[in-house]
Amino acid sequence: MTQPELSRRRSKYTPRVAPEGAKLATSAMIASLDSEGRETRAAPFGHALVDLAKDRPDIVGLTADLSKYTDLHVFAKAYPDRFYQMGMAEAVMISAAAGLAREGFTPFATTYAVFASRRAYDFIIMAIAEENLPVKIVCALPGLTTGYGPSHQATEDLAIMRGMPNLTIIDPCCATEIDQATRAIADHPGPVYMRLLRGQVPDVLGEYGYKFQLGKAQMVRDGKDVLFVSSGFMTMRVLDAAKALQADGVDCGVLHVPTIKPLDTATIVAEAAKGGRLVVTAENHSVTGGLGEAVAAALMRAGAYVPFRQIGLPDAFLDAGALPTLHDQYGISVAAVTASVKGWL
Amino acid sequence: MGASGSNVSLARRAWAIRRNALLMGEVQGQGYIGQALGVADVLAVSYFHALRYRPDDPEWEGRDRFYLSIGHYAIALYSALIEAGILPEDEIGTYGMDDSRMPMSGMAAYTPGMEITGGSLGHGLGIAVGAALGLKRKENPAFVYNMLSDGELGEGSTWEAVMSAVQWKLDNLIAIVDFNNQQADGPTTQALAQVPEAAKWSAFGWFAQSVDGNDLDAVVAAFDAARAHDGPQPRVIICNTKMCKGIPFLEDREITHFIRVEPDEWAKALSILDEEKPQ
Repeated sequence: MTQPELSRRRSKYTPRVAPEGAKLATSAMIASLDSEGRETRAAPFGHALVDLAKDRPDIVGLTADLSKYTDLHVFAKAYPDRFYQMGMAEAVMISAAAGLAREGFTPFATTYAVFASRRAYDFIIMAIAEENLPVKIVCALPGLTTGYGPSHQATEDLAIMRGMPNLTIIDPCCATEIDQATRAIADHPGPVYMRLLRGQVPDVLGEYGYKFQLGKAQMVRDGKDVLFVSSGFMTMRVLDAAKALQADGVDCGVLHVPTIKPLDTATIVAEAAKGGRLVVTAENHSVTGGLGEAVAAALMRAGAYVPFRQIGLPDAFLDAGALPTLHDQYGISVAAVTASVKGWL
Repeated sequence: MGASGSNVSLARRAWAIRRNALLMGEVQGQGYIGQALGVADVLAVSYFHALRYRPDDPEWEGRDRFYLSIGHYAIALYSALIEAGILPEDEIGTYGMDDSRMPMSGMAAYTPGMEITGGSLGHGLGIAVGAALGLKRKENPAFVYNMLSDGELGEGSTWEAVMSAVQWKLDNLIAIVDFNNQQADGPTTQALAQVPEAAKWSAFGWFAQSVDGNDLDAVVAAFDAARAHDGPQPRVIICNTKMCKGIPFLEDREITHFIRVEPDEWAKALSILDEEKPQ
């Protein structure tokens, strides 16, 4: 009997062209963003939750064996009797969070974005979203924030989660915003999926006098040539790119969109319609199904036909490696964003 | 079925549940009537022996929670909720119709007394774990019951919940498995190694009982033992039931997961049931 010919697996490894001695180590960059000399704050989510929980006895925390890697360990230490270690079992963690919410509690459930969006989707949508229960799912390692490869890189989590009715989706930029957003989602009566930056998190938006508002996109910086529409840490990147481009005489505005769903289409369309600007979306996510396509659809629906470009990760399984290397490679570093915009003008 | 002494009234309740189910099945001309007839005795014991609830206040904080994982068993639970006075009898004719409070698959938002949205199997026991944790936090002595099907034990998430309930010592959680050995494509025991079922739960740390789910005396004794058990274990009652129990010509149908019943057969089934009405 002849064996069917199996398709050959592609060879993943192609040597990088990098000068000897310039190669970076993956391990040094796991989960933490390169802070680029900025002020950072440790575990802003964990500390905000602890502070919030003082006056909110309804708040409980659950994790699926990732408290240390989602900053929930801070809460677990402060409130051991309100912390549930659910083990390496995302389905029961999410279902149990739904059960606790049914009984009047406000559960914050944490894991990695890959596990919540891919493995636990059915439990989130049916046990939580369909009944509009106030469970807050807070997930580390969004997009390309780890060099471990596709098993840990949630490059399509927004595409997955955006299709879920009732769900509010938050992609915060920095420590200040994570602190504010944690408090805001605790007050929101429905389910929330929040992307989390953990560990030493850069502080960016404080200096712009910004204050997070659930469901609101806000101009962080004005500019007449380019309008960046960005979420997550890409707002930090485009703010830096805007400074670099300013030196070249390119005036860039930045509209920060931390709430991916429901999208603040009114503000996005109004800013885009001001005219004369190249609209550039920037997201730490695949170009498929995330902020960029959501903004494009909003503009089309509103009849706002403006020049449009998208910065995001390719629709592909990404390489392993060190984050600065990968961010350059996939076009989301400050240098890569700056070069892209120059090329488009 | 089979009842003695004080459980005679339970036989009457089970008979009424079967009758409600047949009337609803007739509305749609088909449906999960086999499961409803099979599990009627277990539901009679649940709603007329074990559960604490207030018919006029389905969300009473002191109630025992009853979570139906298996959304397609809605016809069975509606039948019990009607008999319990939680749903009005005059809505029987709306089952599965547009704008009904009783859709074909059970959903919390539609129906008083339907605590959770079921239908995607392998969810109920995990939600029950969370509710049992929540009740303990509130020092509320209510039980959480979760009715599962045997086929649902094939879902890995069920076993995550099985382990979690032991980890958290949820002695306020009672799982009820309707073991009728019938899933969509055939016998459950030929699909995913479901036996020995009680021994598995025991090995995971549960207080497990296996009973004839159509023997009211045995089901009552098992519920009593589950509630009274002195220990930190979650409790499971595996109820071995017969699909279509009580209507012999339907019991004999080979494929009974989603049963087809000819229009004239509903009246025949009802007349058989009426002849067997317990005194």
